Amino acid sequence: MSLSRDQIVKRIAQELKDGYTVNLGIGMPTLVANHIPPGIDIVLQSENGILGLGPFPKENELDADLINAGKQTVTVLPGASYFSSADSFAMIRGGHIDLTVLGAMQVDEKGNIANWMIPGKMVKGMGGAMDLVAGAKRVIVAMQHCDKKNNEKKVLKMCTLPLTGIGVVDLIVTDMGVMEVTKEGLMLTEHAPDLTVEQIQDETEAKLIISPKLKPVKV
Amino acid sequence: MNTKKIFKNPKEAIADIFDGATLMVGGFGLCGIPENLIAALREKGTKNLTCISNNAGVRDFGLGICMANKQIKKMIASYVGENDIFEKQFLSGELEVELVPQGTFSERIRAGGAGIPAFYTPTGVGTLVAVGKDEKEFDGRKYILERALKADFALIKAWKGDAYGNLVYRKTTRNFNPMMATAAKVTIAEVEEIVPVGSLDPDTIHTPGIFIKRIIQGASYEKRIENKTVSV
Repeated sequence: MSLSRDQIVKRIAQELKDGYTVNLGIGMPTLVANHIPPGIDIVLQSENGILGLGPFPKENELDADLINAGKQTVTVLPGASYFSSADSFAMIRGGHIDLTVLGAMQVDEKGNIANWMIPGKMVKGMGGAMDLVAGAKRVIVAMQHCDKKNNEKKVLKMCTLPLTGIGVVDLIVTDMGVMEVTKEGLMLTEHAPDLTVEQIQDETEAKLIISPKLKPVKV
Repeated sequence: MNTKKIFKNPKEAIADIFDGATLMVGGFGLCGIPENLIAALREKGTKNLTCISNNAGVRDFGLGICMANKQIKKMIASYVGENDIFEKQFLSGELEVELVPQGTFSERIRAGGAGIPAFYTPTGVGTLVAVGKDEKEFDGRKYILERALKADFALIKAWKGDAYGNLVYRKTTRNFNPMMATAAKVTIAEVEEIVPVGSLDPDTIHTPGIFIKRIIQGASYEKRIENKTVSV
């Protein structure tokens, strides 16, 4: 059995450390906020201008002037602050954000990531992703290991889509396992409980280095 | 008191926006957009505009209404995924587009208003964004050179403002508005309420009046929510 979306984000939540300021990307990464371990104090940043992001509002708390980077209505926690996009990206580019979690279309063994464009097909723009991967101290990718719809691999030797950043990814968590980006390549450190290394390698274009401490993902 | 900055309505405030002008338009998604000024621009029908705006609105709200009316020749933006007309016009070649990383986008505007013609940033090194740009190493890390952005007009939105053009924004409506206010020859602000001079605490003013040439009070605000999400 491979990991569910919920299990992927739960595993990523284990990477959170007390005192971190974290920016969570749109989609699956946003769900990491639901699994912050107890006793750990995290400040969530949203690049449209919030530090101290809170939960989604109740119907009677809805405020059109208060949204997150995914344009969803949100609330803020006590101690929050609002600021301009220039200040927000000074935080991001200036190395003040401890961790960002992003989705990806492709990643590769050099830590390159592609998540913003499919030439001739999809033109949405990179939003803040290029700044986040360039500036955050640690970059974690949350994604499905393969594109099952198009039967294409996503963990590659070299990305084929236009890149978002080069050599920026630190950790990749997919439905099949956890991979660390090392100088030598991608090191498989954890595997989905019922999958073998061979099964994971079959779905991965990059040659995986198997960690001597390889263990099943525990969530 | 100098009340020359106060205009009666959006139509008068944008009357001199000309065909082929470069405009900055504030807002993130549909949050903090100058909706009354955009509606007046759609009404005026000005063509061949270059619009510098983080997003392109949606099909029937925000800058999307000017795009649907084929008034925009070129967009400089960071994310346009919520507007299907944008994607169609771009892929068919009708619309020229420059996609800019959001932090580079906001800094290019900030620099434009602050008298800085260009700056080096680590964002986009090794990507399509870096093509044709000067690359330089500082302290062992690579950076690319980005040019500042300026405009003929900026259309921005604030919560409250006074006759001097001092502005206060509310919550996440601030986004790109304060930088755009500084980077255009003529900045036109729309606010929900024009308040008496002296009633805004100088300590809380986000945009000092020097940057604002014209100010109007919007007649009404739809403030459409793009992605309503509630907790259960």
